[in-house]
Amino acid sequence: MSHISPEFKLISDWITPNSRVLDLGCGDGELLKHLIDTYSITGYGMEIDPNKNIQAIEKGLNVIQSDLNNHDICEYFDEDSFDFVIMTQALQVVSRPDELLDDMLAVGKQCIITFPNFGHWRMRIQLLTKGRMPETDTLPYHWYDTPNIHMCTFNDFEDLCEEKGLEVVARTVVNAQHKSSFGMRIVPNWLGEVALYKVQKKS
Amino acid sequence: MDQSLGVITPELLQVESPLALTSGAVLPRYDLIYETYGELNADASNAILICHALSGDHHVAGEDKNGKVGWWNGYIGPGKPIDTNHFFVVCSNNLGGCSGSTGPASINPETNKVYGPDFPMVTCRDWVHSQNELRKHLGIEQWAALVGGSMGGMQVLQWAIDYPDKLRHALVIAAAPKLSAQNIAFNAVARSAIMSDPDFHDGRFIEHGTIPKQGLALARMLGHLTYLSDDMMGTKFGRELREEELQYNYGPQFQVESYLRYQGEKFATKQNFDANTYLLMTKALDYFDPAAEYGHDLSKTLAKATAQFLVVSFTSDWRFSPARSHEIVKALLDNDANVSYAEVESQHGHDAFLLPNEHYEGVFRAYMQKLVDVLPSTSQNGKQL
Repeated sequence: MSHISPEFKLISDWITPNSRVLDLGCGDGELLKHLIDTYSITGYGMEIDPNKNIQAIEKGLNVIQSDLNNHDICEYFDEDSFDFVIMTQALQVVSRPDELLDDMLAVGKQCIITFPNFGHWRMRIQLLTKGRMPETDTLPYHWYDTPNIHMCTFNDFEDLCEEKGLEVVARTVVNAQHKSSFGMRIVPNWLGEVALYKVQKKS
Repeated sequence: MDQSLGVITPELLQVESPLALTSGAVLPRYDLIYETYGELNADASNAILICHALSGDHHVAGEDKNGKVGWWNGYIGPGKPIDTNHFFVVCSNNLGGCSGSTGPASINPETNKVYGPDFPMVTCRDWVHSQNELRKHLGIEQWAALVGGSMGGMQVLQWAIDYPDKLRHALVIAAAPKLSAQNIAFNAVARSAIMSDPDFHDGRFIEHGTIPKQGLALARMLGHLTYLSDDMMGTKFGRELREEELQYNYGPQFQVESYLRYQGEKFATKQNFDANTYLLMTKALDYFDPAAEYGHDLSKTLAKATAQFLVVSFTSDWRFSPARSHEIVKALLDNDANVSYAEVESQHGHDAFLLPNEHYEGVFRAYMQKLVDVLPSTSQNGKQL
């Protein structure tokens, strides 16, 4: 079996075999390929970067080059077209994460979203002590050149879900190496660096 | 490494059985001129048909006997995205054309005179039916892929709809599922230019020993304009003058004017393009609307298609814009088809599909490589020519 990143391994555990999957910001298609090979899923990837598109096509994937900021998903797909809509590490880079979340849950029954936690203690300490925007290994950018234009904490995200009437079906909080710990389970918004959420509309 | 195919000699398929056309007319017999590159493998699984655009022809790659290089030579040949070390590539001149296939400039066997305006109207579907005869003639059960840009892309769509089991892959480039009102309007103006030329003689210009050069050149100038983008023309010509000072007269003073004139003249004189063929091709484009017989529902239209698709558009193409390709992609997605879509950044307008471009070539190459991977005994055909 092909080697995949720890984050993709965690996501894969949430996927039902033979399901239909849409991977937003699928990159070179590593996750999608893994899901097809291992779980016999069918589906599509969407990616804006031309070079990553080429890599995904090389893997034999169905990949639609598109800009997630343009509501392309709803233009292309009907309601409930997918069992899962996945978006890894892209929520914070789109222009309207809230609207994208709506679109994702329009075309998919469940969403799997991963993003970095701005509420991690290192961020809080840096902002508190230095009075400047934090720069860490997981978020190495300057405030002016970062693609992460909509950073949030786990609490922020869960507030948004609550506001939208979304149910958090599952949540995994891990560190940068995608390992969990007792502390992260107790105070995730302080100790967790990355979160994986599985959400759906409240029935 | 030798990247060229060398000199290519076209071949002629003579079909002696009648072809019932969409219009209701019947063509008693016809010729299709075509070229091939590479070798057909033992189980005939490596054949690719290229469909040409409005003013294109069968000479898509390599050199002809006069040294003219094929119109898509950059993408077809040994080591190129459509690699002739692996694929057997076929390209024919469309029925109604003027490069060797039966068309308005051919002799009507019933009258022994040039067809001229009496040549029956052919449609995209008729092209596909005639090319299907070529497929049978070449002993190909199923094309590995059909590839076409612009009008050629529409032909690929028609193939996928009419003969779903005769192709495995469809590459639809810079195309549209039907022409818009603006597209049709441009074609109408081009036809008016030709038909109002005094040398046109109601289409019987060959009998009169004339060529409606002026009309053809005008039609070409207009067409050419729609293939370029504003940005690209700005970069290439800007407001550059041919002479240093403004002349304050109506002669061509801006570089862009003389460029367009040159393109028009080249087309009308050197290329010897038949004016009736130009009328026919533009009309066939206007008529192209495969969804019309499926309640104007493109998704229903493509429901029968079983091929895997690659759809490509170019950002600055306003003739067949990315939005038109989205329509095709959307209809394919509605059918859960295997489809990939690339929107290539380019400032070259509609013409971009013929030009070098890193992203375009990368996508093309990656897609074609997947086809190579599943060919039997690739190593046997993998040797350099």
